[in-house]
Amino acid sequence: MTMSPLPPMSPLSPMPAGDVALEADLHVVRGDFELSLALSVAAGEVVALLGPNGAGKSTALRALAGLLPLDGGLVRIGREVVEDVEARVRVPPDRRRVGVVFQDYLLFPHLSARDNVAFGLRARGTDRATARARADEALAGTGMAEHAGKRPAALSGGQAQRVALARALVTDPRLMLLDEPLAALDAGTRLEVRADLRRRLAAFPGATVVVTHDAVDAFVLADRLVVLEGGRVVQTGTPAGIARRPVTDYVARLVGLNLYRGEATDGVVALDGGGTLVGSHHERGRVLVAFSPSAVALHRRRPDGSARNCWSTTVDSLEQQGDTVRVRLAGPIAALADVTPLAVAELGLAPGADVWAAVKATETTVYPA
Amino acid sequence: MRRSSGRVARPGALPPALAPFAALALLFLLLPVVGLVARAPWRTLPEELTRPESLEALRLSLVCASLATVVCIVLGVPLAWVLARSDLPGRSMLRALVTVPLVLPPVVGGVALFTALGRQGIVGRWLDEWFGVTLPFTTAAVVVAEAFVALPFLVISVEGALRGADRRLEDAAATLGASRWYVVRRVTLPLVAPGLAAGTVLCWARALGEFGATITFAGSFPGTTRTMPIEVYLALQRDPSAAIALSLVLLLVSVAVLAGLRERWLGTSA
Repeated sequence: MTMSPLPPMSPLSPMPAGDVALEADLHVVRGDFELSLALSVAAGEVVALLGPNGAGKSTALRALAGLLPLDGGLVRIGREVVEDVEARVRVPPDRRRVGVVFQDYLLFPHLSARDNVAFGLRARGTDRATARARADEALAGTGMAEHAGKRPAALSGGQAQRVALARALVTDPRLMLLDEPLAALDAGTRLEVRADLRRRLAAFPGATVVVTHDAVDAFVLADRLVVLEGGRVVQTGTPAGIARRPVTDYVARLVGLNLYRGEATDGVVALDGGGTLVGSHHERGRVLVAFSPSAVALHRRRPDGSARNCWSTTVDSLEQQGDTVRVRLAGPIAALADVTPLAVAELGLAPGADVWAAVKATETTVYPA
Repeated sequence: MRRSSGRVARPGALPPALAPFAALALLFLLLPVVGLVARAPWRTLPEELTRPESLEALRLSLVCASLATVVCIVLGVPLAWVLARSDLPGRSMLRALVTVPLVLPPVVGGVALFTALGRQGIVGRWLDEWFGVTLPFTTAAVVVAEAFVALPFLVISVEGALRGADRRLEDAAATLGASRWYVVRRVTLPLVAPGLAAGTVLCWARALGEFGATITFAGSFPGTTRTMPIEVYLALQRDPSAAIALSLVLLLVSVAVLAGLRERWLGTSA
């Protein structure tokens, strides 16, 4: 047999950019909890796994990294199947070429920042001098050159985050996993580190999965969101799409919208919780209705204006948020309303006060449930 | 209102009635040490300590205690690992067994070693028959006896350190491409190093002071099994000032051990 050059489009040729870099079908059972998540991430794409505590986000991340064995399903990174329960394939974490930034960063406390970053290279057989030189380079790339000799205990939260990111990236992984990468930071640092992290992830050529419970982090960092609740996917889409049309109360709260379920007939939605709303779209059947708290106008008396939706209610509570006041309204249609402090004073808003709430039909979004 | 500098009895503060007992306890612990130093034959000390028997006993003690410590590390660290990390069914039972030499009278330990490793012992019989090795009354027996009583100190110390170490750091190392053995060498062992060091020092100190099991299992032969504690005991009957001189050496070692553990035990509680 003679060796012949491979044809240009042989199955072994490298994947074109934009191809699927991560394909996962995760099934993990832990006691009563069951995670069931199908995930597909393109090269260069950043997907955020968003969900409340206990939704299974970190479990999913550990399973992708190989730290937690699957009970069913498979994981493919690039062309390599690293785990397939049926075929009894399971590549251990140290041979998956996955970069992980852990919650709390988990820097090795006994090593300097430089040796933390060099760790992955040393573990893969790079000699000490080369590993250290590359670590220094990586640290310099994130403005951490002067801190290279410090132990993790001497680093601030933002600095530790940068070291953790450099440590994961320096080994040239094919998949990046980040577990609540900003949760440990205070608000001021967070803003800066978030912008920096976004730039770094945008430059990363492989697939990235970011786990977070913070909507802003998810919206800033990710191209696409996968919302996980109780171990299952409840919604996927772009940040803008999800922000406009949340499908669960959790997502609605995250994006700050009022959300209702109901039955639509001829543009009028009979809400499950009682009351009706008139929407801008003529959907039929089971629908969701969403509107922003800032779309709610409050009045002392029944307004004569053009608002199609108008109901009498009482103020439940008031909360100052920046330069607006968030008013929680009791039933029949429980809602959040954002008004100015001036309006609060003029309307005499206080817990227990009777008010009229009005929402224009054009301010609502009605979509199939 | 009471001034802040005034003494306000906090709940849990020392009841005055206990103070004399505490003082007595302290005295009880310190007095013998004071006596040892006060009665030391300072003038003849160099001479006492450089006697051939003394030097021989000291050399033997240091060598045997160090060898026993090496044995304890080689065997004890893996055992601590099993106790801390494995999910063996009888693990708590195993842990209790490990601490037996701690509470067993050393002389009984020596007798027990005889029944196991003596010439007629359950294992010693085969050692003798197959390899022509007889353990009792040899220097090796000293090492075995010392390792037997000192092993729990090392195991318990290392096991505690392993339980306290953050296992997620090992996960982090694995995702960075580190094999299991690399994780052990570069992450786990450095993390438990303080515990291992403390365990090693305790283990060595215990081995150095070993008397009961040693004299039972290894006897008291000058040059091969007569360690410092045995030498001290024999000297006391012959020449008390020699015994005091030798004891001073062991006291010095103990103080050095304590100083070595200062950081760990005395530093943080102050």
